[in-house]
Amino acid sequence: MSATQSTTASAATAPDPARWKGWIPVIGLEVHCQLRTRTKLFCGCEYRFGAEPNTRTCAVCTAQPGALPVLNREALAYAIRAGLALGADIAPWSKFDRKNYFYCDLPKGYQISQFDRPFCTGGGITLESGHRIRLTRIHLEEDAGKAIHDRGAHTLVDLNRAGVPLIESVTEADVRSPEEAHEYLERLKEILLHAGVSDCDMEKGSLRVDVNVSIHRPGEGWRKRVELKNLNSFRNVAAAIEHEIARQIAIYESNDPSQQVVQETRLYDAQAGVTRSMRGKEEAHDYRYFPEPDLLPVQIDAAFLAEQREKLGESPTALRERYQRELGLSAYDAGVLTASPAVSRWFEECAKLCGSPKDAANWIQNEILRGLSNEQRPAAAIAELRVTPAGLAQLIGLVQKGTLNVPGGRQVLRAMLETGKDAAVLVRELGLEQVSDTGALEQWCREALVGKDKVIADVKAGKEKAIGALVGPVMKASKGAANPQVVTEILLRLVRELP
Amino acid sequence: MSAAPLKGVVEGAAALRAGRTSALAEAERALERLERTRGALNAVLAVDRAGALERARALDARRARGEALGELAGVPFALKANMCLSGVEANCASRVLAGYAPPYTATFVQRLLDAGANPIAIANMDEFAMGSSGENSAYGTTKNPWDVARTPGGSSSGSAALVAAGVVPFALGSDTGGSVRQPAALTNLAGYKPTYGRISRYGLIAFASSLDQVSPFARSVADVELVTRVMSGHDERDTTSLPEPAFAAEPEPAALAGLRIGVPREYFPATLDAAVRARCEAALAELERGGARLVPVSLPHSEHAIATYYVVATAEASSNLARYDGVRYGPRRDGDGSLQSMYAATRAQGFGDEVKRRILLGTYVLSSGYYDAWYRRALKVRTLLLRDFERAFERCDIVAGPTSPTAAFKLGEKTDDPVAMYLSDVLTVPASLAGLPALSLPCGFLDAGSNRLPVGLQLIGPARADARVLALGRRYQQLSSFHTELSPLAREVAA
Repeated sequence: MSATQSTTASAATAPDPARWKGWIPVIGLEVHCQLRTRTKLFCGCEYRFGAEPNTRTCAVCTAQPGALPVLNREALAYAIRAGLALGADIAPWSKFDRKNYFYCDLPKGYQISQFDRPFCTGGGITLESGHRIRLTRIHLEEDAGKAIHDRGAHTLVDLNRAGVPLIESVTEADVRSPEEAHEYLERLKEILLHAGVSDCDMEKGSLRVDVNVSIHRPGEGWRKRVELKNLNSFRNVAAAIEHEIARQIAIYESNDPSQQVVQETRLYDAQAGVTRSMRGKEEAHDYRYFPEPDLLPVQIDAAFLAEQREKLGESPTALRERYQRELGLSAYDAGVLTASPAVSRWFEECAKLCGSPKDAANWIQNEILRGLSNEQRPAAAIAELRVTPAGLAQLIGLVQKGTLNVPGGRQVLRAMLETGKDAAVLVRELGLEQVSDTGALEQWCREALVGKDKVIADVKAGKEKAIGALVGPVMKASKGAANPQVVTEILLRLVRELP
Repeated sequence: MSAAPLKGVVEGAAALRAGRTSALAEAERALERLERTRGALNAVLAVDRAGALERARALDARRARGEALGELAGVPFALKANMCLSGVEANCASRVLAGYAPPYTATFVQRLLDAGANPIAIANMDEFAMGSSGENSAYGTTKNPWDVARTPGGSSSGSAALVAAGVVPFALGSDTGGSVRQPAALTNLAGYKPTYGRISRYGLIAFASSLDQVSPFARSVADVELVTRVMSGHDERDTTSLPEPAFAAEPEPAALAGLRIGVPREYFPATLDAAVRARCEAALAELERGGARLVPVSLPHSEHAIATYYVVATAEASSNLARYDGVRYGPRRDGDGSLQSMYAATRAQGFGDEVKRRILLGTYVLSSGYYDAWYRRALKVRTLLLRDFERAFERCDIVAGPTSPTAAFKLGEKTDDPVAMYLSDVLTVPASLAGLPALSLPCGFLDAGSNRLPVGLQLIGPARADARVLALGRRYQQLSSFHTELSPLAREVAA
């Protein structure tokens, strides 16, 4: 699972100064997350990814003259919950501001956002290494629609997404390497998933990352920073940062005055592995922020705050600790099983039903998660499986009782995933009940012992493990249906009975 | 077809409920009066004849079945062209919204419909409610029924002219800095701007969101009060609307003893037209004779009100009008094919000069580096203006003064001097910035050649004291009869 890979990768502390020829990167991340509210931020439209264009719209989100925004309390609750989950301070009062700019996907000609009074300030995420990435702020704002440029001569505009609630979280420039950026994003995603506020699905655009990168020499001030956009996976975020650092080093070390790092936005081209300039600072926007006169300032009272705190589930860190402490799982297993709340809920239910968290953890990791079609989205994928936690628990029970051996169990699980049938039914259909009929087994065992004098001598000399070499052929003879433990016992008895 | 003289709102609704008239007859008469005055006034941008007749027939059918009818049953009225009635063109008297018919109905319009009122026409106005004379309409200037060579005031020019010409018993305007009170004063009407938030703005096409209020015109204060009450009350679609339900009317104070009327010295400046001053002072004297006590008060920051208003209102307007980009509605001009040039061409050709002037001004005062010096400072002065009123209301119950520094001026007189035009609102803007309820009502006439021109008195109350302001207005109309006098055009139509 990716969460654990990144945890392992970033166990290293501050990057080795030699890595970038003595240059020190300074990196900040801005992450937009769609909140999974039922309706949009300022109107009653229900958003659904992939709906027919312009079918999820109304007078408010298409900016009909005279229509007014009304704040969705659920979005406010989710924004506050996100802030609490990330350890941010929640402002006792907050307000919305208008960010003014023209674009065809922005129906009002301004975005309702927050300027100087965001709902949340501070907070952060501590990486595995102990290094903390501090958050500057988290604010609530509305999404724009989508401009589609690749369908003929005209640009098409789809306003379904216009008005969907977003939280934008902005870090301090505390990130020191592409790996730290990757780990931060994994942890952020995990926290927001567990807080239940966002799907954090990059493929559907419900999580979007912009990066600011600059480099400097030790002891000197920060240099010009470049903003990177169009980053559609965490891996691409890391790759784009790596590339951008190298690009800036090359420019600074070229001593060519025609080459400059300019403050600009660059788009990452994942296929070519390069960044390309999007717009220069000469076109820098003046957003003319001012307080949104159509919405009253928002008071966050103690009762509302307490309610959100209560609704906030266990954090992934707390879950991991509990899995290790109470269920006896390894740190690795606990990490894998808490990467998404859907997976951890699935695991917990299965563990309870089969009575062995360890077995449930092994089966889920080795058989369920590995086989998921979409590793990026375990939450969605695990919910779509044809196997339920109870179904897997039943299968684990059959293996525990010895009705099935482990390879047989795997075979049954694969069939369960394909057909959705019960484990018990499939065991019969596939003829996988273990053969414990000693008559047949004894015959196969006797045949296996023929000519194996060395093994027999070793066992007789006390090296009982040597018998393992003969279990395989017996299993093969039984076409996998034999119970290996029973086979071992019979073989040992037969050897002892030999003169 | 008879054009029959106009009844008032209260009177007309009562006649209908009593069966002395029908909604269809009232609608047809209003439409007839509208046609007779159309050429002289240019007060109308669209007529919803079919809709009006259909609503009237439905109402008469309900009455025939014995169903209970609303407080405004069968009363015809006009909307300003910045108000949304589903399917009826609301172009804000701008080319940029030509042909735009909103897909929804404003809350305040719906409440009037629910009470049985019948919208028959969409009235002309200054483009996007920016102007004080009606001369900024893209569809021609509206004339004053008291003298067609003069302005009816603005920006709710058409609404005022239609009521003053006796076409409809009431009409809606919107008041951002005086756009209802000033035309009411110039056309001998009651024009009432409620406390900010009293009436939902949902469906009122925004000029300056923190100032805009739907405000009715009628001949009597009782009529504007009834219409205001029907429209008032919280609306969940407008979070800036006041939380409480519709306010209840107060009985007018029979004896004015104990009522303290604050007279701000700043509202009687040396530049005030002498005849306007005389009429207002006479009105105050009348109230004093009725038992009220006149208390001198001061609103010291009033001199900064116009400047403050033109920073705040234009800042909000520059943002509110950004949506008129040709992408979703209104005529689109393609320019050279790029998005930027489409915006530029659409807006350059769609907006008139005054609207462009205000968008530029508003954009400037919000710009990085200028925000603190202009917009932020204006917000501070706005707070000072509010404090001025709060202090004054410690010493008096209501503030009174003239509505407009002059009576109706000649069309064309101020079109080349925007600042002179802006100063028409000098006495109405302070109550707008402070969000206070303010009523303009007729208090006499002055002679201008062969014509008499109306003068308006303004009563301003503390926030939420709508009922108090209106009750005093009703009382004044018991003591005076100026409001019963009809404009020459109204007399002609009624004849």
